[in-house]
Amino acid sequence: MNRLNKTLATVALAGSVAAMSAPAMARDTISIVGSSTVYPFATVVAERFGTKTDFKTPKLESTGSGGGMKLFCQGIGTQHPDITNASRRMKASEYEMCQKNGVTDITEFRIGSDGIVIASSKDAQNLELSLEQLFLALGSKVPVNGEWVANPNKNWSDVDSSLPNKPIRVMGPPPTSGTRDSFNELALAAGCDALPEAESLSKDDHKAICESVREDGAFIEAGENDNLIVQKLIGDTDMYGVFGFSFLEENADRLQAATLDGKVPTADAIAAEEYPVARSLFFYVKQAHVGVIPGIQEFVEEFTSNAAMGQNGYLKSVGLIVPPRDQLMTLMDKAENMPKLALEELK
Amino acid sequence: MTDQRSQAEIVRQSLKRRYRKERRFRAYGILAIGIALSALVILFTDIIGKGYTGFMKTTITMEVNLDGDMMYLDDPTDSRQLKMADFVEPLIQALIKEIPGATEEDREEVRGLINPYASVTLRDALKANPDWLNTTRTMSFLSHTDVDVYVKHAGDAAYSIKLDDQQKAWVETLLERGAIETSFNDTFFSGGDSRDPSKAGILGAIVGSLLTMFVTLILSFPIGIAAAIYLEEFAPQNKFTDFIEVNINNLAAVPSIIFGLLGLAVFINLFGMPRSVPVVGGLVLTLMTLPTIIISSRAAIKSVPPSIREAAEGVGASKMQVVLHHVLPLAMPGMLTGSIIGMAQALGETAPLLLIGMVAFIVDVPGGFFDSATVLPVQVFLWAGSPELAFIERASAAIMVLLTFLISMNALAIWMRKRLERRW
Repeated sequence: MNRLNKTLATVALAGSVAAMSAPAMARDTISIVGSSTVYPFATVVAERFGTKTDFKTPKLESTGSGGGMKLFCQGIGTQHPDITNASRRMKASEYEMCQKNGVTDITEFRIGSDGIVIASSKDAQNLELSLEQLFLALGSKVPVNGEWVANPNKNWSDVDSSLPNKPIRVMGPPPTSGTRDSFNELALAAGCDALPEAESLSKDDHKAICESVREDGAFIEAGENDNLIVQKLIGDTDMYGVFGFSFLEENADRLQAATLDGKVPTADAIAAEEYPVARSLFFYVKQAHVGVIPGIQEFVEEFTSNAAMGQNGYLKSVGLIVPPRDQLMTLMDKAENMPKLALEELK
Repeated sequence: MTDQRSQAEIVRQSLKRRYRKERRFRAYGILAIGIALSALVILFTDIIGKGYTGFMKTTITMEVNLDGDMMYLDDPTDSRQLKMADFVEPLIQALIKEIPGATEEDREEVRGLINPYASVTLRDALKANPDWLNTTRTMSFLSHTDVDVYVKHAGDAAYSIKLDDQQKAWVETLLERGAIETSFNDTFFSGGDSRDPSKAGILGAIVGSLLTMFVTLILSFPIGIAAAIYLEEFAPQNKFTDFIEVNINNLAAVPSIIFGLLGLAVFINLFGMPRSVPVVGGLVLTLMTLPTIIISSRAAIKSVPPSIREAAEGVGASKMQVVLHHVLPLAMPGMLTGSIIGMAQALGETAPLLLIGMVAFIVDVPGGFFDSATVLPVQVFLWAGSPELAFIERASAAIMVLLTFLISMNALAIWMRKRLERRW
């Protein structure tokens, strides 16, 4: 009985201690949410920031661009994140949601670019594709005599006689991947829009037809393991692979990239958005939290520093296509002054 | 007579068939156990086969000349100087000296052998021992992850594609000389998460799990037992208590992600508690484990024979005395077993934590209930999803650590049941 009383007393005590510490809700760790594409870069910056400075290492959640915006725009206060990453620009509707919830002052940082390439082994015949041809080769439905039918093209040469007479076989990321989303939106949809038949499509049909990859075996979903795709490409010269530019760069001695609309994917062409399948990466800072949560300003300065995003920066070695020097200088100014983002800029 | 004999005859004739049937039945049972066991064996060999390399680290030992001029450093206790000092240069110089045939022109390739965080190790060493400045010391550093996987998976082409032929040749030479060696991976147990597989550790996740489990235990055990005692001993039998009972049984079967949604709506959005902290994780897992604890505690109370209660009442004990002095101590082993199994379930849970932000990249080892934290199964999930090959073995190693925790918790439950259980 005595023992039991003691146990109960201990439990009650521990419970009340836990309850008493509850009001201490202040947060001293920066909280970051958002895009899984930016996540590998932001985590590296966060870790460096944590080892370099006396601030705690920021906490990162990979929620996807849209999910991050939702959390970010939920309001001001320590339970809401301070920074959100995005692999696309903030939408006007998201900006308005932020405003409605009191998140009025936001600063936007464009931190570099990401390109998607179609690569093959150096021993394979390289492709020179237009976006239109790419869509005709990989789209789930293509127009034949004005009718949208399941893609009948078996060989590259069925699409255009200038292309190799080899079966269409392309390995790429699964639908859960952000790379796949961008590939659908930037490459396939753009190629589809180049076709005269696409003009008459309704908005829903456009999304269903122009942004979907064929599922008859010509496009092989390879999981997120890019190493595996590279091994496959080297072993099989009839195979082509779709992945992020950084991976092409790492394996530049063994892989070559197809040209799209005559543009070779190089870091410069992607940074300048000349290469058609390129997108910018962003992060957004909540100004109301700067100065409240320690280290936000310093973290942003670290992210935009020359050590991170310069031509020899560590983000470049993990595959980010860094912005040119003049853009980096603008970013540095932004990190110091934190200008407010206006709705007009997003439209 | 003849009738009876034929009856015995029939039995005798069928005997063989019945024996055969029984043998077959037993064989089915053995087959079922065999399937379950082989699944377990496959699981374990796969995890251990992939993961044992996760418990090994590759280090490079070399003589580092800690020249103050080279590092732009003359006082390692000055934090300003430390910030601006170059701790990479001494490492590169030491390696160039260590590798026969390497020259100043191979700087970048040489640098690719050493871990990017080795300079931080060097900085911390100098900070702790300022008198090391301008001396030459033999020090060990983690190798680059590319070297680590190359050394550990010799012969597997998939693991060596990141190194060029020259670097591979250097690694082979250094291996022969014993400068590069593999040893037990203590970094894995002493650090938090990292984007660099060689530096990634599981301590942060273990501490996060312990903090979360502590909150869960502190809340769910007393609440669950109080509810069970009331429902079993004091509550009147009516429609309302029936309704409660049905609901508790239902809750035990609710998918755990629902509790995550509930936690997000109530604790974070309504009460304004921070995301990603063990307290909220513990609260959510409390909701999840409560039904299990209540159900098993009620079963334990029910198994205490009524004669004990009647005897206590017979000598004049009040209802509360009966419960606290007699029923509760006798039911405690069963309650504890149920709670431990409930806790083990909670330890392996990820889905509800996804929604309250505990699935996150967290480097610092949490120091309290309101620090951002992650838990073991989440760490497995994060590493398994990382593109770097070296994280696959880390994930498998983390699974082994998680399984060790689960097995020891279940063993504790079995031991307690064996040790404390009383039979009537």
